[in-house]
Amino acid sequence: MVDFITYFPQALTPINLLVLVLGVIGGLFLGATPGLSPTMAVALLVPFTFHMEPATGLVLLGAVYTATVAGGAISAILINIPGAPANIATLLDGHPMAKQGQAQKALYYCFISSLVGGLFGMAMMIFFTPPLAEISMEFGPSEMFWIAVFGISVMAGLTSGSVLKGLIGGMFGLLVSVIGYSPMLATPRFVFHDVLTGGVAIVPALIGLFAIPQVFSLMESSQKVASDVEFKPQKGILMKTIKENLRHVKALSIGSVVGSIIGVIPGAGGQVAGLIAYDQVRKFSKNPQSFGTGNPEGVAVAESANNAMVGPSLIPLLTLSVPGSPTAAVLLGGLLIHGLFPGPDLFREHAAVTYTFIASLVLAQIAMCVFGILMSRYSHSVMKVPDLEMAAAVTVLAIFGTYSVQNSFDDVVVMFALGTIMYIGRKVGFSAAPVVLGIILGAIAEDNFLKGKLIADTDVGVMVYFFTGSLNLIIIALCAASVGYSVFSEVRQYKKAKARARAKEAGS
Amino acid sequence: MKGKRFLTRLAAVALAVALMLAFGLPAMAENYPDKPVSMIVTYSPGGATDFQARLVTMLASNDNYLGQPIVIINKPGAGGQVGWNWFIEKGSKDGYTLATYNVPHFIAQSIVYPTKYDINTFEPVGNWGADPAVLIVPKDSPFNSVKDLVAYAKQNPGKITLSGAGMYVGHHIAALQLMKAAGVKLTYIPEKGGVPAMQSVISGKVKAGFNNLSDSFRNQDRLKILAIADLERHEFLPKVPTLKEEGIDVDNSSVNYRGVVLPKGAPPAVIAKLSEVFPKMFADKKVKAKMKASGSPEKVMTRDQVIKMFKERQVYLEGLLAELKKKKK
Repeated sequence: MVDFITYFPQALTPINLLVLVLGVIGGLFLGATPGLSPTMAVALLVPFTFHMEPATGLVLLGAVYTATVAGGAISAILINIPGAPANIATLLDGHPMAKQGQAQKALYYCFISSLVGGLFGMAMMIFFTPPLAEISMEFGPSEMFWIAVFGISVMAGLTSGSVLKGLIGGMFGLLVSVIGYSPMLATPRFVFHDVLTGGVAIVPALIGLFAIPQVFSLMESSQKVASDVEFKPQKGILMKTIKENLRHVKALSIGSVVGSIIGVIPGAGGQVAGLIAYDQVRKFSKNPQSFGTGNPEGVAVAESANNAMVGPSLIPLLTLSVPGSPTAAVLLGGLLIHGLFPGPDLFREHAAVTYTFIASLVLAQIAMCVFGILMSRYSHSVMKVPDLEMAAAVTVLAIFGTYSVQNSFDDVVVMFALGTIMYIGRKVGFSAAPVVLGIILGAIAEDNFLKGKLIADTDVGVMVYFFTGSLNLIIIALCAASVGYSVFSEVRQYKKAKARARAKEAGS
Repeated sequence: MKGKRFLTRLAAVALAVALMLAFGLPAMAENYPDKPVSMIVTYSPGGATDFQARLVTMLASNDNYLGQPIVIINKPGAGGQVGWNWFIEKGSKDGYTLATYNVPHFIAQSIVYPTKYDINTFEPVGNWGADPAVLIVPKDSPFNSVKDLVAYAKQNPGKITLSGAGMYVGHHIAALQLMKAAGVKLTYIPEKGGVPAMQSVISGKVKAGFNNLSDSFRNQDRLKILAIADLERHEFLPKVPTLKEEGIDVDNSSVNYRGVVLPKGAPPAVIAKLSEVFPKMFADKKVKAKMKASGSPEKVMTRDQVIKMFKERQVYLEGLLAELKKKKK
């Protein structure tokens, strides 16, 4: 901590500040482009840092990482395509808000909550690095498997309406996730066409599931009379929104805490932090039905969670040289190029550079919020775009974003195929979020189960391996609680609805 | 209406970029290269191959080398198969699409799977790195030498779990060689890349692992490095013996060689030019310094040396994998 304050001013040199601001503004735009995930944005910029001072290069990478994570929310809210998997939860309430003419407010909510979560995450990183590093190493195959199961248990709650449809959608996602070569034995599975050799990558699936049904429904609605919602810049709502936003203490704190915890777990990735936190807030809410229809609390929890993850996700990288997320792996490259080997030495021998980097991450959170809010003022113009033009723009963005992930047209085909299936699914009441969650978590669950089984077979056996150990038991208990609560609330709602119907009958 | 104009412009730029990538115009070999050259990396951004590929090509746009930048395109999937298949099947043959190779990965895959590529479809132009596999165990492991580990494995067949970066990669080959040479049975745990494999060893989730020398070197405070699967000791780790010194007859077949290839059918003039330029560029002082600083072992080889190495590996791996292949069928 003392070191942190000592080296803080180094982040404030003119050149570092300039790089920081440019990185943040650029990062917001990159993040807002679907398909350009934080990992990709940082990877694109690593070569630029070859010729910079180590500290300046890291400031740039840190600023871009922070800003792209938040920037993904812009497209989620305005055009219903999450910029990265981490923004799925943001879209659930953010886009409905935008449709009701509150895009600007939704974006304010998004950036203010991002700032709160981001600063919380950074604080966790600055104060608790050693203990958190140890916790992160506790997660082995069995713990990771249960974490994935916990994520799957959240799935049921994500569809407003039907638990059953949420589960079916999730199962479909799990099935999609096993396409391609099996992780352990490299046997090809469900590879009906060359296009599927590499499996279904997450970002193309994400874009297809959200953007394509969106395009189709935009084309449908364009035949009808334009909606009477007026999209104009909302003046003077900034202070009001800040006050209102900070009053959602519960949503912000659940988001920040869940995001930080998940950030520390290597491999789980922030992809699911937002959704898990979102589900918790919804469960604890007095009127869970309002989620998914434009409840600002939903945006607050989702965005605070996925920015809280940024700081802690770097802990395993900086202390143990084990990058906990794909983005951290790319950052590792950025460190190595300057001869900075992560590990305890980083804080001892290269303290100046390391702490400048950490300080810049804190500053980047603040800059991200300021510039994000400035950009939000122009959001109404996106909402004013006529439906047909919007459909065209979204299609181009979807193809561009999908193609750019692996420079593969096969992905574009997969994206359209999944999107078309989802469009039909949406007509009969399925939603996209559980499917995406299934695709993300299926791979984690399968991989870790098989790995755990291989290890367990040489040792204590599968049952003992997966069902003992305090961390395993805690996560299993969380799974049980999550499923139990879903069933309980379903039954309660069913009873309520029945009672209401009876009262109605009695009344009439 | 700013936002709308922005969107339209973004769309236009996106289209332009996509078109440029899709229909790069063929150019004459004499002026080669007169536009940026793309290079397929078959692993995701941030991995060791990607990172090193970016590093060794950073000087390509200097006039004494190519005079044009090299643009890295990542096509990951199925341990590299997706990228290499694409490179041979759909990549342009005019010399403007290169790819990185990893030996023994691609050779082993071409033996075991029905791939579109094998050593005869690649025209190597230079090798930049060689990362030997090292045998590592957790810091608090009871094993202090290869002998300890082998003795335990003899008593407890299959009880030692050993992690590596995946199936049929260098680490897997090293594990197969160790089992064969020492006459023991180990349980190989294929992970998704070297980083998770390393993490499993550091945190003691597995009892041992084969991993990259470069990554193990950086983590040596948290590991015990028992041996190196190469013919000689390495300058980064002078105290670590080779497996041969420890009495286990394992050669350098698992060493992860990294370099650049053109597809078969590329203009001979281009092959000749790149084979001349690339080894020189890899040996540039600036590249060498960055490779060393980042703990990446460099090994520059010319086209002829690489062709010879490909052939040797092919013969050896066919023998080693023959049994495994039979078992699968």
